[in-house]
Order: sequence, then structure tokens, then C-alpha cells
Amino acid sequence: MSLPGKKGCVKQVDNIDRQLLNNIQENFPIGSRPYLKLAQKLGISEKEVISKINYFKKKGIIRRLGGIFDSKKLGYDSTLCAIKVPKSRINEVAEIINSIPGVTHNYLREHRYNMWFTLIAPCNEAINQILVKIKCDTGIEDIINLPTVKLFKINVYFDLNEV
Amino acid sequence: MLSELDITIIKVLQDDLPLVEKPFKLIADKLGITEKKLLDKIEEYIAMGIIRRFGATINHLEAGFAANAMVVWDVDDKRTKEAGRLMAQFAEVSHCYQRLRNADWQYNLFTMVHGKTREQCRQIVEKIARVVNVDKYKLLFTIEELKKSSIKYFT
Repeated sequence: MSLPGKKGCVKQVDNIDRQLLNNIQENFPIGSRPYLKLAQKLGISEKEVISKINYFKKKGIIRRLGGIFDSKKLGYDSTLCAIKVPKSRINEVAEIINSIPGVTHNYLREHRYNMWFTLIAPCNEAINQILVKIKCDTGIEDIINLPTVKLFKINVYFDLNEV
Repeated sequence: MLSELDITIIKVLQDDLPLVEKPFKLIADKLGITEKKLLDKIEEYIAMGIIRRFGATINHLEAGFAANAMVVWDVDDKRTKEAGRLMAQFAEVSHCYQRLRNADWQYNLFTMVHGKTREQCRQIVEKIARVVNVDKYKLLFTIEELKKSSIKYFT
């Protein structure tokens, strides 16, 4: 995966590409011909829109195109956890944690608690069970569980004009 | 609250939208409903907040936002609401959560801050600290992304 400091590749894309990427993040048209609508907005053809999106997906610039759901509204509980992993065991422990379907994000961060992952499960009881299993499988007891009290913002919109 | 049809639709909407002229029609045909019914349902989910956003998820590292840090803040319990709201207003903050603190973790507000460089992240955080008037905080720079995926609900 990309490391901080790596040059991004959007620098090589043109203004139309930036506009397209900005538009499909926030204003994706919900209608019969969404790519045509985007095409009309940008002054290019529907075919071009589709092939550009295809290209961005292949390049890994677009991870996914679709609905992003609110886990709480679907009845799921979520939390953020951190675990202290010795440097020599990072890959091995990451593999154990990443294999859990409810783990959606996992990051290595600069701290004595160095591995941070988010966990989504149908209920808090299931979250606790998963954490017990992680402790058991890794042999690491040092895990903190930080359940969400309040969500103030979740807006993963990146203005490509700022790059 | 969600019907069986809702759950079937939500399952399918978690996949990538097909790159064809009529992507919603293609999905609707597979589900055995009309395109209009599907579009109405999506609008309904957006209105209800079940779908937070419909569109593309961008890989910010590939997109040139190379540096990011999780910033943890120790804010007086009486001020968390006000502080959280203020922090959320910064464009450089993508996520802002209040979380339950415990004996091993004193910090109760969490923000993700994005910038082109670490130095830029630090400057943004200093600005937030000044505006919100919080002096107990820590930056946990991201070293590596180990996993990023979407959960499959109802599987």
C-alpha cells in the first residue's frame, strides 16, 4: 500500500478528471443514465465518463462506487480499538486482525499503541467476543476499546482541485 | 423496520455500481423490480440517512493527500459537544468522533486530519487547538494502511 510521502498520481490527470472525481464523490446522479448526466455536466461523452471511471478504478484512485451505509442505522455497533504490537510481530498480527470480516480499517500509527482498527458487528456482545478472540489468537492483552459516543463528522470528500 | 426487499436491495448496493449506460436498470432487473422502484428506494434510504452518501470512495493517498494523522484530544467533558462541533467545521478534518475514555486512554475526541505533508498536518492541528482552545492533544501519524474495506452488511 502507498506510504505517506509517495507522490500521488492525480497530478498527471487533467482538469476534466478532477471535476469528474469531485462530482462523483458528492453529486453522483441517482437516475436512469447517471454517466450521461455527468457527461453533460462536464462536456464530454457518456462513453468517456465510463472509460475514465474504469481507468480510475484500475489505478486504485477510486476504491469503490456505490452506496455508503450508516452502520448504526442498519442496527450495527462500531468501535475503534488499539493494540500494542511488538515491531517484529506487525505483519503476523495484522494478518490475524485483517482476516476478521468486521474489521473495516486497520492502520499502523506512531504511538506505543501502534495498530488501530475499526470494528463493526451486529451488537456490542459480538464486538467483545471478537476482542477476546484477538487477545487469544495474538497473545496480546494490551487492547483498548473506544466505543463511539457521538459522531460529529464523517466526510471523506477530497477536493481534487486542492492537490 | 427494514423489509426483506430493503435488505435484498441494500445487499446489492454494497457492490460496485456497474459501468453500463443504465446501471440501476441492470440491478433492478436482477432483483426483479422496476428501475423506478429501485431509484425511489435509494432516494428513500438517502433521506432516512441509511445511505450516508452515494458515490465514489477515493483513495486519498493515491489522490495526493499523502500525510494524515489521527489527532486525539483530551477535552473537558462539559465542552465535548461544543469542541466536537467546532473541529468538524475544519475542511481538513474528515472524521470527528467522541469516544468513551477509559483508564488506559484519557483522550475523548478523535479527529482525522489530512494534508500534503506532516508539517502541514501539524500546522492545521495547531490552528484547531487555538480555535477550540484545547491544549492536551496528541498527533498519531499514519505510517501504513494495513486494511481498508467496506463491511458487507446482512451477510
